[in-house]
Amino acid sequence: MSRIQESVIIRTVVRIMVPFILLFALYVIMHGASGPGGGFQGGVIFGAGIILYAMIYGIAAGKKKMSDALDRILASTGLVIFAGTGLLCIIFEGMFLQYGAVPLLPDNPAEVSKYLIDFVEIGIGITVLAVMISLFFDVSLPESESEEAEE
Amino acid sequence: LKTLALFVVILAGAMLIYAGQDLPAFGDPDSPAYQHRMTQYFIENSLSESGVPNIVTALLANYRGYDTLGETTVIFTAGMAVILLLRRRER
Repeated sequence: MSRIQESVIIRTVVRIMVPFILLFALYVIMHGASGPGGGFQGGVIFGAGIILYAMIYGIAAGKKKMSDALDRILASTGLVIFAGTGLLCIIFEGMFLQYGAVPLLPDNPAEVSKYLIDFVEIGIGITVLAVMISLFFDVSLPESESEEAEE
Repeated sequence: LKTLALFVVILAGAMLIYAGQDLPAFGDPDSPAYQHRMTQYFIENSLSESGVPNIVTALLANYRGYDTLGETTVIFTAGMAVILLLRRRER
């Protein structure tokens, strides 16, 4: 454990900040349709929140929140959500990713497209956050093992 | 070797700065990106066609949805490649 990780101030600030960072990430993902933001940015912010937690509270504590198996499942789930939305449009006799073809609101295809774009953004966000967190854990794994050896 | 690397970096930087002189000024209404007829089309029709007020998102997720699917796949593939190369087996 390094000295930064033992600091009470940093541990307390991180514990207070992380929920807000994660909430802001969800806001950025959901706000992508009507303002600046979107799946890529929001996913990275969400990943940064978890990475901040893992940096201060240790890799093991971070993996308790976000295990390797969950990472892999989420990374592929996001992609399936995106591609599945596209395939859904084919099922309803549209072209791939032609959102307006899904007959949720038959008289207003643009409105349907708005909701499906939100759905697609969520899928992008899930994939990006899972890949970000798994990259961090993979790169930091040797260090945590050496720390455990020291203890 | 380090001198050579520094020389290459400085040369590349100088070339980029020299090329940057030819870019249109920031927000220049006469720049090709603003003059193209597709820009006009997207500004006029993206809200009614995709239902999204943000033109950037309308382009990203609707007009170029296939491209964005590819980007997400690239990120996913990169993550999986890093897992395959770097992840060690749990003891």
